[in-house]
Amino acid sequence: MNALVAIDWHVIWLRIFHPNGVFARALWATVWVAVFAQAVGVLLGLLAALARMSRFAPLRWASAVYAWIFRGTPVLVQIFYVYFAFNWPTLHLGFWTITDAAIAGTVALSINEGAYMREIIRAGIDAVDKGQMEAAKSVGMTYGQAMRRIILPQAARVIVPPLGNEFNNMMKTTSLLFTIGLYETFADAEQNYSRFFIADYFLAAAFWYLVLTTVWTIVQIRIERRLAVSERGDELSIWERLQTAWNPVTAWARGGGR
Amino acid sequence: MTEVVMHAEDVHKSFGRLEVLKGVSLEVTKGETVCIIGPSGSGKTTFLRCVNHLEKIDSGRIEVNGQLIGYRERSGKLVEDSERSIARQRTQIGMVFQRFNLFPHKTALENVTEGPILVLDMPKEHAVDKAKVLLGRVGLADKLDSYPGKLSGGQQQRVAIARALAMEPALILFDEATSALDPEAIGDVLFVMEELAHEGMTMIIVTHEMGFAREAADRVVMMDDGLIIEEGTPEHFFVEPEHARTKLFLSKIL
Repeated sequence: MNALVAIDWHVIWLRIFHPNGVFARALWATVWVAVFAQAVGVLLGLLAALARMSRFAPLRWASAVYAWIFRGTPVLVQIFYVYFAFNWPTLHLGFWTITDAAIAGTVALSINEGAYMREIIRAGIDAVDKGQMEAAKSVGMTYGQAMRRIILPQAARVIVPPLGNEFNNMMKTTSLLFTIGLYETFADAEQNYSRFFIADYFLAAAFWYLVLTTVWTIVQIRIERRLAVSERGDELSIWERLQTAWNPVTAWARGGGR
Repeated sequence: MTEVVMHAEDVHKSFGRLEVLKGVSLEVTKGETVCIIGPSGSGKTTFLRCVNHLEKIDSGRIEVNGQLIGYRERSGKLVEDSERSIARQRTQIGMVFQRFNLFPHKTALENVTEGPILVLDMPKEHAVDKAKVLLGRVGLADKLDSYPGKLSGGQQQRVAIARALAMEPALILFDEATSALDPEAIGDVLFVMEELAHEGMTMIIVTHEMGFAREAADRVVMMDDGLIIEEGTPEHFFVEPEHARTKLFLSKIL
């Protein structure tokens, strides 16, 4: 009973202020897998959102089926299927080795994320006034030019807040990849726990996840601020934005969350 | 000799079962200002939107500067043109919308330079110089760097006019350009439009401003129920309209 309550501050201290090389690599795996999967997810989501609006019906269907399947099944099942159904290589890039689990995991999370980003990007595009496309066309822009220069930049303001939430989720969801053998932050904690039976390794892992998500929150605020150029004059300070970002009600109101 | 800029012939258009245009034919010559008036639902705006192919027509044909708009003739049949060439056709046709539709993430200046730079491949300095001149002409020389959100309705609409002018179109379409404005702003925008008319810009103007139609139009066209029922010079039109429907409409609106 005692072990459940008492916190081993020594372990936490070590984990936080003296992370060893193994742990640093685990944390790095969390970061790069999340960044990569999110980036590819955004790209897939954009393609799927554009396909959804296509004049070509099979593209619309493909987009719908994609979202239907990947939002309708557990991400863990997807991860397992992607990992075990294919032969993934392990890449050696100098001193950085990318394991098959890392590749499969990134692929699975990317595809899963794309299905969610499709909805977010679609909502962003829908939020742009129809007159914008007409005005763009009236000055002779093609659909592609209008999308790139006029519609997507405006949609971005609507997309970025929920996209930020998605990335926040993504950094935490990478912990599922420990199940296929990726040595990331949670796997490291789990490994140490099974060796020493000290639950505080999990607390330390939680701390590092919190560091990652907090840093991201600050980055996100800066991005949103930059996108709000057309509203100049009523900018909030970074501190005010942090307060809104951390307030669950306002965070929800700004969109996002599954 | 008069040069035809816009030629519409027997244009039909339906939205589902509702036939909005029932065979509209109209010709506009170079330098002419044509005002289209008529009750709401008469098809004025739809017709205007057909001219730059924001709406597809079901039958008939529309030409601007002798070029078929939106369609290509293939062995006697009309097939819809490629997106790219429709876009190219639209560079000839400016449009000013009721709700301005300025690009809110771009400054007034950028709104005006966007088309020339992106679509006409105009060098940036050239486009900026030109945009400054145009914004000066519509009375907004001091608002170059303002975002649309910081401009009044009348100012936004004048930026929109400058945006259309920057493409050096053969024809500008005005879709109830003053309907969303307050009376003072209406005057500012109509003033700009009137100047353009005097300078010889070819314009088709859907409007409810009868005073403007009377002052600035070379020709007034009355539409009702998807058809042009009467057209003529403002003198003829406002003094002795022939058609009973026109008389009724004018008596209600004047």
